Amino acid sequence: MLDDFLVRALLAGIGLALVTGPAGCFVVWRHLAYFGETIAHSALLGVVLSLVLQVDLVLGIFVSACLVTLLMFYLQGRGTLPADTVLGLLAHGGLATGLVIMAFFPNIRIDLQALLFGDILAVSRTDLALIWGGGVLVLAVLARIWRPLLAATVNVDLATVAGLRPERTRLVFGLLMATVIAVAIKIVGILLIVALLVIPPATARRFAVNPEQMAILAAAAGVLSIGGGLFASARLDTPSGPSIVVAALLLFAVTRLRRPQPSRR
Amino acid sequence: MIKATTPGPSAAGPLVAARDIGVRRAERWLIRHVDLQVPRGELVYLIGANGAGKSTCAKSVLGLIEIDEGTIERSPGLAVGYVPQRLAVSHTLPVSMRRLMKLTGRFAAREIDAALAAVGLERLGDPAVTSLSGGELQRLLLARALIHRPDLLVLDEPAQGVDVAGAGVLHELIEGIRGDLGCGILLISHDLQMVMNSDSDVVVLLPHEHDEPPPGAAAESQAGGGEASPAG
Repeated sequence: MLDDFLVRALLAGIGLALVTGPAGCFVVWRHLAYFGETIAHSALLGVVLSLVLQVDLVLGIFVSACLVTLLMFYLQGRGTLPADTVLGLLAHGGLATGLVIMAFFPNIRIDLQALLFGDILAVSRTDLALIWGGGVLVLAVLARIWRPLLAATVNVDLATVAGLRPERTRLVFGLLMATVIAVAIKIVGILLIVALLVIPPATARRFAVNPEQMAILAAAAGVLSIGGGLFASARLDTPSGPSIVVAALLLFAVTRLRRPQPSRR
Repeated sequence: MIKATTPGPSAAGPLVAARDIGVRRAERWLIRHVDLQVPRGELVYLIGANGAGKSTCAKSVLGLIEIDEGTIERSPGLAVGYVPQRLAVSHTLPVSMRRLMKLTGRFAAREIDAALAAVGLERLGDPAVTSLSGGELQRLLLARALIHRPDLLVLDEPAQGVDVAGAGVLHELIEGIRGDLGCGILLISHDLQMVMNSDSDVVVLLPHEHDEPPPGAAAESQAGGGEASPAG
């Protein structure tokens, strides 16, 4: 069954959606979309460096994403620059540096198309193991930091007074995001990964009455988008990564057509 | 900075004692030469004009911000409850009233019922936090702090944005809590009338009129200088 590339693509996408749903909820709640973009953009530097140093691509992206996250925490902690300025610095700095380094190695070939928009149909068995293994790890850590992270999201001071150490939790979540994005880039690419983090939770929001429910519904919305996108891509011969994002967008739009429920009071 | 503290009698010493504390940000003292202590079972008011540093002072006592001067002693194993000035829950985050009670700890439904009943919210059901009125939200935040059974409760202008009747109810609630739990309470308020009618300790903060010279040796030499004077 795993010999079929479409089955592998579907399994890879489902594995990813199950992680990006819950993790993406925090991206929406904590306004971290640009943070996700920053890690994704600077991942190009990781790609180039792993080709130059001849190490595994996902490992290279993972290491560079973690370094960018730590650098970002350091720069934001100093507080001399606004948070989004720091992100812009790192996002485009990483992207541009990667492209410049690439120019020094003319014999390195990069499939830029696959890098930017993903290539889910080329997922191998190793990739599949990486996605599900990494996914289980990310979900386990997320479940462990769920309460302190949620408390810090509602109010940092309340979390601090309760001894939940929000700064440490924030850093752990940053590194989790780096992991998710490193694994996801092969599937949906640098330019589309944030869509998978933001659109399914946005779809889930109006159906959820508590944070945990929203996380589960976001995962479900993500899985539906993967299935719909891949199906359309196979039927209509459209690029798979963008098709998945369009499917997620359509799902969001369709759920908006219904009138919102009356407020619960 | 002006202070006026009359330490209440206490067998085991105060729950928290701040001595001559100062907080400096960007070469400016937000508060300076402040003394305050909260004994167990006592209510201490912290009052002052806008910009006098009331919240800064409370956050120093809570350990939320670092002080640049002075000392803060907390009795060992002190459980602190905090009711922030306001709580802005994003509309993207679905949180109901009862879910918010479990924000920083696990509690049985029975305990949550009891805490909500203590502030008079038990009949509300389980509405979304974003649909609560200002007064309801303040009472919910109070219940959320109480369920942790704090030794010291710090409230930052709980009556802010609440109408006069609501403010009266809130103050009665807080007085009742002090009697029931026997905890110490530090209450930031701008309601002078309420403060003057009470026989509790009062700490008055006045805004800094004159900025300090650049930090360094100068700041050191001014400590204990002529800045502190008794309040009326």
